[in-house]
This record gives sequence, C-alpha cells and structure tokens, in this order.
Amino acid sequence: MTTPSSDQQDFLLRARELTHRANSLGSALVIEGHGSKDFYGNHPDSLNRPVDRLSTLAYSGVVSYDPTELVAVVRAGTPIETLEETLAQEGQMLAFDPPRLKGLGGRGTVGGMVASGLSGPRRISAGACRDFVLGLTVMGSDGECMRFGGTVMKNVAGYDVSRLHVGAMGSLGLILDVSLKVLPRPAAQVTVSVPLDAQQAIERANEWMAQPLPIVATSWESGDGRIRIWFAGARAAVDSALSRFQKDPELTQVQSLDSAAGESYWNALRDQTHAFFQSAKPLWRISVPTRTPPLPLQGDTVVEWAGGQRWLRSDEPAEHIRSVAQRAGGHATLYRCRTQPHEPRAEAFSELSSGLMAVQRRIKNELDPGAVFNPGRLYRDL
Amino acid sequence: MGMNAPRELGLGELRFADLTEPLASDKREPFLEALAACLPWDCLVTRAEALKPYECDGLTGYRHVPAAVALPRTEEQVAAVLRCCSQWSVPVVARGAGTGLSGGATPHRGGVVLSLARFKQILSIDPVARLARVQPGVRNLAISEAAAPYGLYYAPDPSSQIACTIGGNVAENSGGVHCLKYGLTVHNVLRVRGLTMDGEVLEFGSEALDSPGLDLLAVVIGSEGMLAVTTEVTVKLIPKPQVARVIMASFGDVERAGQAVADLIGAGIIPAGLEMMDKGMTEAVEEFVHAGYDTEAQAILLCESDGTPEEVDEEIGRMKQVLSGSGATDLKVSQSEAERLRFWSGRKNAFPASGRISPDYYCIDGTIPRRRLGEMLRRISQLEEKYGLRCLNVFHAGDGNLHPLILFDASVPGEFETTEKFGAEILEICVDFGGTITGEHGVGIEKINSMCVQFSPQERLTFFAIKRAFDPKGLLNPGKAIPTLSRCAEYGRLHVHQGALRFPAIPRL
Repeated sequence: MTTPSSDQQDFLLRARELTHRANSLGSALVIEGHGSKDFYGNHPDSLNRPVDRLSTLAYSGVVSYDPTELVAVVRAGTPIETLEETLAQEGQMLAFDPPRLKGLGGRGTVGGMVASGLSGPRRISAGACRDFVLGLTVMGSDGECMRFGGTVMKNVAGYDVSRLHVGAMGSLGLILDVSLKVLPRPAAQVTVSVPLDAQQAIERANEWMAQPLPIVATSWESGDGRIRIWFAGARAAVDSALSRFQKDPELTQVQSLDSAAGESYWNALRDQTHAFFQSAKPLWRISVPTRTPPLPLQGDTVVEWAGGQRWLRSDEPAEHIRSVAQRAGGHATLYRCRTQPHEPRAEAFSELSSGLMAVQRRIKNELDPGAVFNPGRLYRDL
Repeated sequence: MGMNAPRELGLGELRFADLTEPLASDKREPFLEALAACLPWDCLVTRAEALKPYECDGLTGYRHVPAAVALPRTEEQVAAVLRCCSQWSVPVVARGAGTGLSGGATPHRGGVVLSLARFKQILSIDPVARLARVQPGVRNLAISEAAAPYGLYYAPDPSSQIACTIGGNVAENSGGVHCLKYGLTVHNVLRVRGLTMDGEVLEFGSEALDSPGLDLLAVVIGSEGMLAVTTEVTVKLIPKPQVARVIMASFGDVERAGQAVADLIGAGIIPAGLEMMDKGMTEAVEEFVHAGYDTEAQAILLCESDGTPEEVDEEIGRMKQVLSGSGATDLKVSQSEAERLRFWSGRKNAFPASGRISPDYYCIDGTIPRRRLGEMLRRISQLEEKYGLRCLNVFHAGDGNLHPLILFDASVPGEFETTEKFGAEILEICVDFGGTITGEHGVGIEKINSMCVQFSPQERLTFFAIKRAFDPKGLLNPGKAIPTLSRCAEYGRLHVHQGALRFPAIPRL
C-alpha cells in the first residue's frame, strides 16, 4: 500500500488521539462519512455520555487498483461514486450494488458501505458486500492500526476479522483501508417485466433461479403487480433467455426494457429513489428464506432477491412484523423511520438469541473495552 | 516441533494446553469414567490400538495418540462430551474425515478427539429454494451427487472432495479449482449450527440471506474448529452448467503464461477454472496419466468455460483469441466431455504423480497477487538450488493460489527439516508479495510459525480476543492457528516493521 499523504497522516494521528481521549474520558466516538445512512441503525442517543465525532472524509482515495487482479484498495472516506467511476473506466464494477443514498455530504462512502454491509438488487446472484471484502485495515480501541485479510481471493490465515467488520456499524473499530474484489461489467443485459401475483412471482423467481439462466436480479412490486427480471452476461446467453421468456406460453404481456431503461429501473431500486421509498410510513427490510410465501402483513411491498428481501412500508406494530418474519425463519430491520431522534422507537435490528447476543457482547468487550466506537448503533447495549 | 504452549503468557493471550502433554495420571481414570457416562458404550474409544488411526490427519509428519475418541450419534451427546471436557479442562479436537493438510485435526495426547463421522445424513434438499441441509460428516461430493437429479450442485470442490466432509470444509473455509467464479465455502454456506465448548447450541446465519448483528457465520467458517463444533450446515446449491469445455494452452516460458492469466482477466473473462502447471509437473503427470499434455512447453494453462452452450461457444472463442495474443504456442480445446476430463485428469493427479517420482513430497499453499506468478516461479527455482531440493509447481492461477510440491526423502536425516525451511521461505515471499501464507489449507500446526510473519502482535491479540469470546478457557482445538507471542519470539521473526511501514505516521505504542 502506498504511503498516506500528509493530511491523511494527520487524519490517522487525530483519529488515534480521539480514540485515546474517548477511552480516557469515557466518551463515545461517532464515526461519520457522508451521513447518507444516518437514519440506519439505532440513534446514538440516550447514551448519557459526551460524544466526539470523527469524519473519515479527509481519509480518501483509491490506494491501488489493478484491473487484472480484480482488486481495489480504497480508503474509507472515498465516495462510493468515485470508486465506481474508477472501476467503470476499466469496464469493471462493484457487483453487489451498494446503495448510494442521498446524504448531506454526498451519496455514501466506502467506509459506510462496509460498516452498514448493505447490498442491492444483484445481491441474489453476485453475493453481498461481505462476500466482496477481501481485507481491511482498522484502528483498534488502543489506537493501533491492524490489517486483516489482504488483496488476494483466497486467504484463510487467521480468523476472518475483515468480514466481522462488515455490517458491524462501526462498532468494532475505525475502518481505514478496504480491499475489495471487483468484477467485469457484463457484456450484455436486458430486463423483462411480466405481470404476476405475489405468490406466483416468488415461486417462479425461485424456479428460474434454479435453472441455468443469466438472472442477476429480480423484483416484484405490489404497486403494479409486475415482476422484473434482470438478465446479464454473455450476449448469447442474454438473447436466448429473452427469447425464452417471450415465447413462454405461461407468461403474458412480457415487456422488455433495453439496457438503459433497465439500468435506470434497477438504480432507482438500489438507490431508493423509486417512488415506493418516498412514503412517510416506517420502512422495514424483511429478510426471509427466498421461498417464503407472501407475508401476512399490511402495507406496500417490493420483493427482491427472488423473495429473500422484502421491503415493507407499514404502520403495523414492530413486534408483530418481527414475529411474522421470525416465524418464516428470518428477521426484520426497522430500516427507516421518520421519528425525531428523541422519540421512542423500536430497536433497529431484530433481537438475537441470548447465546448469540452473549458472544457478540463479549466480542465487543474484547475489541472495544471502553465502548467508544459507535456505541448503541448496532444494538442499544452493544 | 515445539508446541504452541507458552512458557510465558503475554497480556491478552490464552494458555493453550501442549499437544504433547498426556493427561495427568490421577485425572485420567476419573475423567474417562465421566466421559463414558456421557455416551453409549459403542461411542467411545479408549483402547490404545483403536486410538491409533486418529493420531494424525493429512499432515502425517505430526502424530499424537489422543486420550480418547468420542463418536457421538446425536447433538445431545456432542453437548454432553463438550460439557464434560469443559468441566475437566480437557482439550477437544473435532474431526471430520481427517483429510486436512495443515494439522487442524492433530490430536492432543491429553485430549479428546470428537469425531463427527456418524453425522452423515443429508437432512433435506430443497431444489426450488436451492438449499441442502446436511450433517457435518456428509462428504463434499455426496452433496453434489444428491443434488444432481435436480440439475443442481454444491460449487466448492476441494481436491479431496471424494473424502472430505462439509464439517471440515466449514472449519477450513475450503476452496477448489472453481473458486474464482463460484467462491469459497464462506460464499456458499448460509447457516452453521454449532456448539460452543460449554455445550451451548448456537445458530450462525440462517436460511435467509443475511442475519442481524455481527457476522459470526463468517468468523466461524475458517476458524479451524477453534470456535464451535459444527453439527448441521445449510449450503447453497446452484444450477449445474449445461456445458463445460476446457482449453489447454502451451507457453514457451512461465512469465508469458502468467501474463496470459492477467490478460484473460483484463479482457473481462472470469474462467470457471484456470490452472497452471510448470514443465516439471507436466512431465511428471504425463508419464503417470497420459493426459496428452505438451511436455515441451515450459508451462501449460488449463482454462475452462462453463454455462449454456451458446455462452460457452462465445467465451471459448474470446479465450482463444486472448491466449493466442498472449503468446500461446499451442491451443487445444476439448471436443467432448471425455476429452475435457482427460485434460483435467493430469491436474487432478498432480499430487499422486509427484508421489511416483519421489519418496515424499511437501505441498505448500501460499497465495500471491496474480501479476507476480512469473517472479514467484523464478524465486522458487533459486530456492531449489539453495536447498538442493526439487520443486514441481501447480497453481490455481485464477486466484493466485500456489501449490509448489517440494520433493524430498524423509528417510534421509535432516531432509524433512530442510524441506520445512524451504516451504517457510516460500511463504515469506508470499507475504512479502502482499499475499498470504495459506490460501485454502489452513494454518493448523503446520504454518503456525509463518503466522508470526504475516501478522503483528496486535493483530494476533485480536485473534486471541475472538477465541476468548467463544471459548474463554481455550479448550477447543487449542494451540492451532494462532501463535503466542513467546512462540513468535522463539521463531525469531517478530516482523513488527510491517505495521510500522504501513502507517509510518503512527509511532507504535
């Protein structure tokens, strides 16, 4: 890795000083990027502790990127869009479609992308954010920098600490440099749209996924009752899938969207600019086994990932939504909720079994004994 | 080899039992009695001759006969064994098929081997959700065989897939020849049900695609059986490609072959498999299996495409174009499934072929950035001269994972030790090149010294911290994978400069 520039060295020194200070004063250190996912997770309110804020924006830039290695190493404060532009110049991409949400400072940083661990439409085929993190460097609670994983695809030396940080909401340390696997953009793509009811859409999506078809994403909307399927890959494979769908006697009113129209649809879903996401009702992200039939819950839904991810806008009580998700073998995240920071609201993430929670608490205590890094953001008592 | 039990314990470390330490004589009888009370009579082995087969795994250079072997049939029995051992502070080593190459299942003389061999049921296959729920003792290949009638398979295919179990794959995060396109175990397992050392059942992950909280599933996979004992696994199944074809490309020098790998990927192609063999290896296997390899070439590449027939035709065309442009001297494309298997048979028999031309061989498992493959081969040939031993090279070239095979004769005094030094030096070069000391075989006891090269003391303390969070007494497969500071000091290579170089502005504490 290249040597950090002098303002980046200043950043590292300041971060270390703040970490030491928080530990000695018993204050909390809240790590921020663009603030585009401020709404996500629990608010670090009711901590009754002084709070220091650390912005990662001074620590940015693509450290190294070799398209033939399929690896990019990027600093935490780098905008996701900057990274994607760099990759696009070489015909490559982040295959897990991290959402680029609108924040005060920009549309999300790589640090926030990894800390939240969120993935978009293509997660069903490509894998999640955690599947693409090959390694990272992190500042621990003693202010020391550590590196886990690396810049190679296969690496089983030591426990997989890098993936532990993915989705940890910054609770285990300050993420500094991230090494990501990247992939070539597909040669061809097309999106088809077919009217189906919710039950059929989930069943058919699963059946199609079990066949050798180049499906990279699916979505079904309660708003228009249509399933959309995104095909991408080799030209020949995409063409033959399209003609198969157009000729399928069981499917009627098959519409196809060209590459540009398709991409703009999937981007709207990924970045949550789609009309569905504009309602004022609480937004839930429900994760269940893909084959789960439509959930008995009131509200508008968008079903992604062949049924694996279900967005719900609903006023139903949190406990009810969570028990329905749990009975289906999944969990429900209160993703976005327009309450004021001081209004009472449910925990953002579903409760864990006591055994799992105990292990997580011990990991947090081991790695951040002063509980300085983003305390309460993942779970209120973590 | 001195074991990983510290004489001095560093701050933040766990005291691990020494693998060579037998059970104290006053503890032995009452402990075995207590253990016998946990299990039916036919689930416990304590007779010396019956214990012998468990003295090592695939790393046969290290052998310790354990105090007992438990072969439970139910999860309750597993829990009872763990609770009993926890109470008596006796180390436990979980074991699948024992095919691991790094000593992850090497027993403790004073410990219990917990064999999951009787957990070999495929519990369910859901062809529509594309999931299989299996017990840990199910063989890797058996999953794909059971899924085959539905046109599905389980993607990770370690070369021991006929014998190795999914429980062992989870412990080691096993790879295979198709990793670049289809991922490792961690990418293909949705859920692991496991027991902690105190016998508590935990569910890591779920059959949904993600789970709330910290991603403990990712930590448990590849933890070398040190965090939990797996009792059930849910794996993803994927559609079996309709067609696969392989190109065999010859190169006049290894650097060109290395460049061809970069060119393929730079052209936006992700081959289903991409393997490289050097001349020494090609000659050895050709003599053994007659796969039709070009023994004149300095290196050959096997480059596979899979998918629908149209997709494969298109991709093979592009691959041929790139390989020719990169200076391949000869290209052969498999024209039938039989020919494809024949091309692969050489690569798959690389290890036994080496066994034919040398009394013993030692397999290395480092990974480096692909662009340094050629340079690495040059360095290895210099080391051959330095140590006076031959080395044959096979690579998972697509993901930079090297398997140099050092040929030696264990009956010659000192030759095994020389071989280990040769291997350790290759691994140091891997770290120096920005790679890793183990791509897929795990650390176990084999590469514990090399861990001192790859990780700073602070990083190793993080591993101890995670170990403690799962197993505070340090009884589950203790002494593997994470070296203590005193051990690293003994190895004499505290590479603290790594951290200092990476963050020059930050003085070490």
